[in-house]
Order: sequence, then C-alpha cells, then structure tokens
Amino acid sequence: MSASILLAARGLAGSRSLANYRSRGGYRGLAKALAMEPAAVVAEVRASGLRGRGGAGFPAGVKWGFVPTDSPKARYLICNADESEPGTFKDRELILVDPHMVLEGIAIAAYAIGARTAYLYIRGEFVREAAILDEAIAEARGAGLLGRRVLGRDFDLEIHVHRGAGAYICGEETALIESLEGKRGLPRLKPPFPAVVGLFGCPTVVNNVETLACVPHIIVRGSAWFAAIGTQRSTGTKLFCVSGHVRRPGVYEEVMGISFRELIEERCGGIRGGRALKAFIPGGSSAPVLPAAKIDTPADFESVAAAGSMLGSGGVIVMDETVDMVWALENLLTFYAHESCGQCTPCREGSDWALDVVRRIRRGHGRPHDLETLRRIARYASQGMTICPLGDAFCGPIASFLEHFGQEFEAAIAGATAPPTLLPVLPLRSDRGLFDHGAGGA
Amino acid sequence: MSGPAAPVASPPAGQPAGLAFDAAMESEIAAILARYPRPGAGLLPVLWLCQRRWGWISPAAMSAVAARLGLAPAFVEGVVSFYTMFQRRPPGRFLLQVCTTLSCQLCGTGELVAHLKRRLGVDFGGTSADGAFTLVEVQCLGACGEGPVIQVNDDYYGDLTVERLDAILDRLAAS
Ligand SMILES: Cc1cc2nc3c(=O)[nH]c(=O)nc-3n(C[C@H](O)[C@H](O)[C@H](O)COP(=O)(O)O)c2cc1C
Ligand code: FES
Repeated sequence: MSASILLAARGLAGSRSLANYRSRGGYRGLAKALAMEPAAVVAEVRASGLRGRGGAGFPAGVKWGFVPTDSPKARYLICNADESEPGTFKDRELILVDPHMVLEGIAIAAYAIGARTAYLYIRGEFVREAAILDEAIAEARGAGLLGRRVLGRDFDLEIHVHRGAGAYICGEETALIESLEGKRGLPRLKPPFPAVVGLFGCPTVVNNVETLACVPHIIVRGSAWFAAIGTQRSTGTKLFCVSGHVRRPGVYEEVMGISFRELIEERCGGIRGGRALKAFIPGGSSAPVLPAAKIDTPADFESVAAAGSMLGSGGVIVMDETVDMVWALENLLTFYAHESCGQCTPCREGSDWALDVVRRIRRGHGRPHDLETLRRIARYASQGMTICPLGDAFCGPIASFLEHFGQEFEAAIAGATAPPTLLPVLPLRSDRGLFDHGAGGA
Repeated sequence: MSGPAAPVASPPAGQPAGLAFDAAMESEIAAILARYPRPGAGLLPVLWLCQRRWGWISPAAMSAVAARLGLAPAFVEGVVSFYTMFQRRPPGRFLLQVCTTLSCQLCGTGELVAHLKRRLGVDFGGTSADGAFTLVEVQCLGACGEGPVIQVNDDYYGDLTVERLDAILDRLAAS
C-alpha cells in the first residue's frame, strides 16, 4: 500500500519551482481556502482527522480551534522544522522535494487561525534547506501568493524563515518559542498553552512541517477523502524514516497502519547482510524500543501505543542481532544528557546519572543495584515531574531497554569486576556519579 | 549544552575589542529586525550574520550585538553559550561535525572517528596543526538515513566510508 501524496514529486526534475508546483495543481488549496470562512477551514481539517506529525499526534484542527477568536492580539503560526528527534529526517525531504507544498500548508493554516505572520523555525544545520525555503518564499511573494492581499483577497501574510543554532530541545514547541524570541531554549510551563499565550505573548499555533504539508491536499480533495486513508483514528499517509541496519534506508510514504514487517522487510529490503532483526525503535529515539517479536505491529498511533511504544515522529531505527543493547542505551542517554536544557532537576540530574550508571555497566563495573537505580530514575524523571517531556523522552528508552533486554544488562553486571579504586574510574561527565553509592536503597 | 568549552573571560586574540558593523551588515540587520515585532527576537539571526562574517562569535562581537539590539552583554553571552553551533573560538577552515548518535553509529561512525582522530592528530574539540580542520562531535543531524553523516561547514556528506572521507578531506585540504 505505498502511497504518494506528500512525496509525489520525488524524482521529478525541477519539483522545487513554483511553476512546477502549480503545474501539479499547487496553490489550488489556498485559493479554495481563501474563498471559505476561516472557521470552515478549521472544521474541514478537524473532520479529516489529521493528527500532528511532530511526535504527539494531537489533532491539528482541534488545536487550531483553541485559538481565541475574540482576542485583540496578533496571532502567529509557527511551522516546526527543527527535525531534532534522532532517527527523523522527513521534514528535510519534504523541503528538498516540495517546498511550496509546505508554504501552501502554512498559508492555509495561517488564514484559518487568523495569523498575518508565520515563522518557519528550521534547525541551524539545515543551511541549504533554509536557503531553498527563502527562495520559494520570494517566488511565492512575487506571484502574489504571499504578502499584501494574497491572491487578491482580503488576507495579508508574511512567512519568515528563522534558523535555530543547535539544540534538540528547541524542537519542543515552547522552547522553540523562547528561541524564536531570541532567548535560550528553555521550555515554558503549560498551561497556558501556546494557542492562548505563545509567541510574544500572543495566541500561537505550532505545527510540524509534515502536518502542514497535508493541509493543501485536505482542502483540495476534502476531509472525507483524507479520512478514508489509513485507519479510523490515524488518518492519511505517514512519512516513515527508516535508518540503521536495513538494506535500503530512507523516507517512505505509507498509508497509516502498514505493518513494521512490510516496512522493514519489503520497502527497506530487510536487514543488511542477511542478519536477523533484534529490535526497532518505532517513532524516533524517544519512543520505547520494541523487540523483533513486535514486528507485525501496524504503524498507526493506536497500535504502536498498544504495543508499548509510540508512533512519534515516524523515525524507525532498526537494530540487527549483533547490537549490544547496553551500548545502544548508553548512546541514547549520551544524547539526552547532552540535550537536557538543565531547568528541571529530575531531567538534568537524572539523564546524567543514568548515563553514568549505564556507562559503568558497559565498562564491566556494574553493581547489583544498578538496574533498580535505573528503574527509579526512569520513574522519577518522567510523567509530569518535569516542565517538558524531555524527561519522558529518556525514561521511556531506559524502561523499555530494561524490560525487553534486561538479561543483557544483568549479564554485564554479573560478569562485572569491582573498579580498581574506590572512586569511580570512569571518565565521569560530572561529579554527580560520586554521590550515587548505594542509590538502590538510599 | 556542552560545546567545546571556551573561556569567554579571556578572549582569544584575533579580534579587536571594539567591533563595528559595516554598512552591508547594518542593512542586513535592519532587514532582520523588520521581521519581528521586538528587536530581541532578531538575536539569533544577527548572531548568524556575525558568524558568517567573522567566522566565530568573539566577546567583542557579543558586545556589539548587545549594544545594537539593546540587550545586556551577559544575556547575549548566555544565549550564545546555549546553542552548540555558535563558535566561541575561531575554528579551522573546515569544521568537521561528526554525528555520533545511534543511527549513524549503527552504520559505522566509530571507524570514521578513529580514522579522523588518527589522520588529523587531534581529539574531539581539536584543530589540526595546519589549521585546516577542527573536529567536533555533534548529535543527530537529521539525515540518519544516510549514516554515517558528517557536516563540513554548511555541507552534509552521507553514506561515508573511510575511503570516501579521505577523498573529501584531500580535496578540501587542497582547496
Ligand atoms: C524534546 C522534544 C523535542 C521535539 N522536537 C520536535 C521537532 O523536532 N519537530 C517537531 O515538529 N516537533 C517536535 N516536538 C513536538 C513539539 O513540541 C510539538 O508538539 C509539535 O511541533 C506540534 O506539531 P504537530 O501538532 O503538527 O505535531 C518535540 C517535543 C519535545 C518534547
Ligand atoms: S543519527 Fe546521525 S544524522 Fe541522525
């Protein structure tokens, strides 16, 4: 059930140009939307069942409906192109293939919520992609698709590209807003939600690139068409980014509900070198890992949740039978310890501490109570103990690696030797490791 | 956010204390500020402008930006130090940013890193003796399907092997 809606232009020469996009029906959605009442556009997107593709899967139309219509303040739309979740590389593909589709989605969403300014926040590393977007914006402006009186209608819109500068946390919507305001990217407490108090204190909707790219298609072909694709509660297609030990890694557009088996074995040609699958992370590095036995899980929001993980951003990281799971968890925790913004104690300390523990287990100096320590960290740094979900983002991996591959950790600890001195011998990232003696009982 | 730590208090030599924007930069700054209702929001784009122009963000550049945007220098320094891409020391001609996150590692980053350290004679954070290459470790670059991935200045290089990497470095070194 391969599908080709968002990436239909892949492989087409000149797909990035406005002329090419228009020859494929581009900007017809915007024209149609501008002839509708904004509330009707919101209703159409709500009826399509479109859920956010940035990770949380929140229904886009419902989010747009939270924007107060009676506020005298300006309203803003932000397109989230931070693409910072490890294992995710789909928004970049969309921008490289069809930047005008993204701009059209932004324009329709801005119209729907009453925004006259939209910002596209793109991770700093995507220099080329930012330039492509700038070019597309200039082209659209020149054609009267942006700027004053869009398509001759009573609607003004400016879209500005804003580059980040290297920080995973700035993909989180409130950290992104802080960053866009010119500050350190520290997440804000919610509520108030951005839809009410967001950028510059004004009502703001933040949507992922892929979410917004679906919008023109929904407007042109109708919500019923979109809702009929996929499963009942996960509608439309999804871009899956498959990386790791598969023969053909890459971005695949598939109908929601395709099984991970079909995705990994058929689309991606199976595991490299004829090896066996050991585990896969279904939705970006923050999603709990699943063992090979779960390969028949359908890739939609509900099914992946029922299997104990999340569809997240659609970043599927595939690991073969040779992968040392203690090593893999250490790698992930290195990422989170580096990227924790430092505001919340459970996340800042917990990510470093967990990394220290996993590191010493892998170096052969694990202690009997280490797994209990890890489980406790995973419990106390997640589920609302932190301002933003970065805490959950590293706790889910810890809990799931221990749940499915606990024997590997136990074996490493069973074979461990005491470190040669009383002080930790590992190159600790901080002095924090010094304080965790006997943590299991303390 | 740990980038290569730079002791900002004792600025490295190479840039005068009082730094000024020329006319071209001033006009770019004006264009940047026009995009936001508050000048402070222009901070990241203006810092990018400075880095593009001067190669790194020196203490003098931070002071100049602070003065121009009406911000405290310490605030600007706080922002600069939060983001890993702002260079607080002048890097070599080519900044080799090696992704060491999971997907890339599964595809062989370890071997590339060992090779790079040997070839350049430096560890992460170091610059080769000829000043051509600065080697840094970065987190996921959002191109995991092409792992292992290295970003050199603005450009991505994917599906790397030691041989391909050597060819790229040879070409860059000769450029
Ligand atoms: C730590 C963290 C990182 C995130 N990174 C991204 C990202 O890179 N891109 C993205 O679109 N959403 C990211 N999100 C989700 C955003 O907070 C937000 O939910 C999303 O952009 C909303 O768009 P959507 O409803 O269209 O999915 C991240 C969330 C967290 C907690
Ligand atoms: S893991 Fe290296 S680019 Fe994502």
